[in-house]
Amino acid sequence: MLYVDIEKRLDRFTLKAKFRCDHSTLALFGASGAGKSMTLKCISGIEKPDKGVIQLNDRVLFDSEKHIDLPPQKRRVGYLFQEYALFPNMTVSGNITAGMRKLPKNKRELKLCELIGQFQLEGLENRRPDSLSGGEKQRVALARIFASSPEVLLLDEPFSSLDTLLKYKLIPYIRGIIRDFGGETILVSHDIDEVRQLCAEVSPITDGITREIIHTEAYYQQIKKQYEDLK
Amino acid sequence: MDLYPLYNSLRIAAISSIFVFFIGIAAAYYIAKLPRVLKGILDVLFTLPLVLPPTVVGYLLLLALGPKRPIGTFFLENWDIRLTMQWWSAIFAVTVVVFPLMYRTARGAFERFDENLADAGRTLGLSNTYIFWRIRLPYCKQGIIAGVVLSFARALGEYGATSMIAGYTPGKTATVSTAVYQLWRTGNDELAIKWVLINIAISAVVLLVVNLLEKPQRRRR
Repeated sequence: MLYVDIEKRLDRFTLKAKFRCDHSTLALFGASGAGKSMTLKCISGIEKPDKGVIQLNDRVLFDSEKHIDLPPQKRRVGYLFQEYALFPNMTVSGNITAGMRKLPKNKRELKLCELIGQFQLEGLENRRPDSLSGGEKQRVALARIFASSPEVLLLDEPFSSLDTLLKYKLIPYIRGIIRDFGGETILVSHDIDEVRQLCAEVSPITDGITREIIHTEAYYQQIKKQYEDLK
Repeated sequence: MDLYPLYNSLRIAAISSIFVFFIGIAAAYYIAKLPRVLKGILDVLFTLPLVLPPTVVGYLLLLALGPKRPIGTFFLENWDIRLTMQWWSAIFAVTVVVFPLMYRTARGAFERFDENLADAGRTLGLSNTYIFWRIRLPYCKQGIIAGVVLSFARALGEYGATSMIAGYTPGKTATVSTAVYQLWRTGNDELAIKWVLINIAISAVVLLVVNLLEKPQRRRR
């Protein structure tokens, strides 16, 4: 369970994000600059909300009234960055093992092998990120996230830096990964097609304010109607 | 030809560069996190030695470290150590004069760093120390190495503040730059020219290294 109810003053508006996600995949859907990424940054602890509560399963990650503010290192949040943010000075293996430095060495190697297999990275172990294709980078970033055993997945525009064809090839793949993960997943996107294919529910966000969660199909019918009325 | 000035210049420059490496990087890193007003004030303060005449830096250092001044007296009374007119006195002067070069190059390099990498590292559970040494510094490597080399080159050539705080004692505090001045003053042109040529050669090599380091960085962007 991920519960978010936060407020943060930004330059253009005040972000007011409120939603609850229970063993499902929720989309934060809105135009760019609507506060989607900022919401993910608050959940992961990179940014600090002005006030509110963030709770993940039985752990309080942030509570302004109780002065709880866990550092990102302790939140166990798997954050997939828009451009993947792979460490350019490390190899693929180095990137993946970076997230499991606390494990003993033999366990680390075992897990690395597992992840390399799971994300089809065989043969790329010693390559550097700048020599990888967009799809490969994404798989390395995902492997790196799963190496750190996250409790929640935050996907920030996971397809924005890929070309359209690759994107449609990868969507079923990501759907499989989300399903295998089984925990809460938040997908940030401004593409309704992506959202329809990956998330059952959506929380639309405009100028920093999240609306109530609604079934993706119902929401899709709404905006389709709006679009047709415009025509 | 007595090579002591060269040896002395090299060790002063090397030790000062090591100091400046750590202090410059720390200053560049921590200043970015400060509130704007304090940042502005400290930035001016840290850059000041770059534009001040080295004699002014030397004078200010003597005000603090001179044998009759507070810090100088303290060391003299407690440990019988004289802080001026030693070969290593020049390290104080050179470190202060060269510091802005390292500080500014390191700051420039840090500003180009992709903060998402640090954020990604933190969400993966990496400590801030690990992120700094294993992700941030390697990313900014070229800029920082260029800063060190540039500092070393400037350190080799420091004259004004050095001559005030360490003076010129042959075989003790003499450096290449102070030797050139002394040789010219005493009319020993033949030897002066030799040191001048050595100085030009070293500086040219160092600048060449700086250029070689900076080029691939530009190409990548």
